[in-house]
Amino acid sequence: MTIYSIIFYIIAALMIISTGMAVTRENMVHAVLYLVVSFLGSALLFFLLGAPLLGILQVIIYAGAIMVLFLFIVMMIRIEPPERRASPVRHYVAVGVICGIYFGAVVLLMLVSEPAAREPMASAIASPADFGHYLFSRHWLAIEMISLLLLVALIGALHLGLSGMRRRTNKGDAS
Amino acid sequence: MWLWTLGYFILMAKITLVLTVVLLLAAYLVLVERKLLGRFQARIGPNRAGIFGILQPIADGIKLLVKEDVVLDGAERGIFQLAPVIVASMALLTFAIIPFGKPIIIGGHEIPMVISDINVGLLYAFALTSLSVYGVALGGWASNSKYALLGGIRGAAQMISYELALGLSIVPVVMMAGSFSLVEIVNAQAKWPFIIVQPLAFIIFFISALAESKRIPFDMPEAEAELGAGYHIEYSGMRFGLFFLGEYVQMQVLGALIAVFFLGGWRGPFLPGPIWLLIKIIGFSIIMVWIRATLPRFRYDQLMTLGWKILIPAALINIVITGVFIVAF
Repeated sequence: MTIYSIIFYIIAALMIISTGMAVTRENMVHAVLYLVVSFLGSALLFFLLGAPLLGILQVIIYAGAIMVLFLFIVMMIRIEPPERRASPVRHYVAVGVICGIYFGAVVLLMLVSEPAAREPMASAIASPADFGHYLFSRHWLAIEMISLLLLVALIGALHLGLSGMRRRTNKGDAS
Repeated sequence: MWLWTLGYFILMAKITLVLTVVLLLAAYLVLVERKLLGRFQARIGPNRAGIFGILQPIADGIKLLVKEDVVLDGAERGIFQLAPVIVASMALLTFAIIPFGKPIIIGGHEIPMVISDINVGLLYAFALTSLSVYGVALGGWASNSKYALLGGIRGAAQMISYELALGLSIVPVVMMAGSFSLVEIVNAQAKWPFIIVQPLAFIIFFISALAESKRIPFDMPEAEAELGAGYHIEYSGMRFGLFFLGEYVQMQVLGALIAVFFLGGWRGPFLPGPIWLLIKIIGFSIIMVWIRATLPRFRYDQLMTLGWKILIPAALINIVITGVFIVAF
């Protein structure tokens, strides 16, 4: 067992624990923070596998931007502790068993059908420049389409916000 | 094996050196700021502790360390205690990638004068900036006080907005240097510093970095007149000290990043590299004190208008223009 695999298992355990905490916390802010820890863990895994660019992007986009927005919203809501439902444990167990069977079947199929799946994943080092060249020479069309989609979403949000504002000002004029 | 051990000790020595200089400078920047503000306002400034008040930072440090560390009854204990640590450590960690001199060659081995030259260094700096938002937002939220919460919300909104302009303004520099590594960016400025060819990027970066550091004229999150002290109003003792330390280290981070991106980093005539970097950092810190003494605070809508409607479009246009020039020549 090399030092890398020891680090891997420590990070993996940290991620599983913090994700578990994130889905079970009743306080929303705590849940968001545990999720941030989990994202930082996956960034560390990318670093460990020799992909610092993906690791850093994971931190900037997920931990640094998306979760900050989550926190921003959650911070402003006064959170009442939710009412306890009668017996949620039964539902959890059913869902857990189904997911477990499904996951186990996939792993078993993979190990049986593909001998290479038993080998540990080789680390691959890609420089940011190589990554960029690959992305923008092979997949430029997909990237342009995604960015157009995001632009449309942005304009749509702006339109909805503006129409709401217009209605309010009209009402103000009428009164 | 001995080479590995030696490398480890050299790394530790570099970390110790950088941290000592940064922390000492942070302490004395407080004194410089108070002295200069005093002069700008026709006062004398602190002059009781030692000659010219030279021992004032030490006295302040002792005071902060021995004061009681109050945690309010209504506060979220763990998060309340964590928030100042996030702010201070994110500011300090940025110095891991700042190159401070020419590589030294001892016995055929090259020792780079930077703690870590990672190939995504610039993105690392942005990642730390975006994580330090948590310190401000959580500090404000966990205090369970309305002034602190308002300060935290303002701080988070302001930092998210200006992060975009900060990131976009630096893209032309990356295009010209052809690398995210800060060492490579400094090397690309061997002939001339980028401020000559990228004055617009420099201005956008400087303004948005000033907003990121939450200093006047962008100190909406702390606005003394309306929020008391904003997100750190409920903190006392060394936890307040960590917020304070974070702010002054952030000033140095800003100076160091401007030096690396636009002024050629440690490059300069006659004097050795680290001295030049220090001169540039201190110079920018003094300019920031000057700005603080000169300008009033922005209104909130002015802040957002400046960020979203002026700085971000200007940065985008600058990227396009730089791209055209790079392709054309």
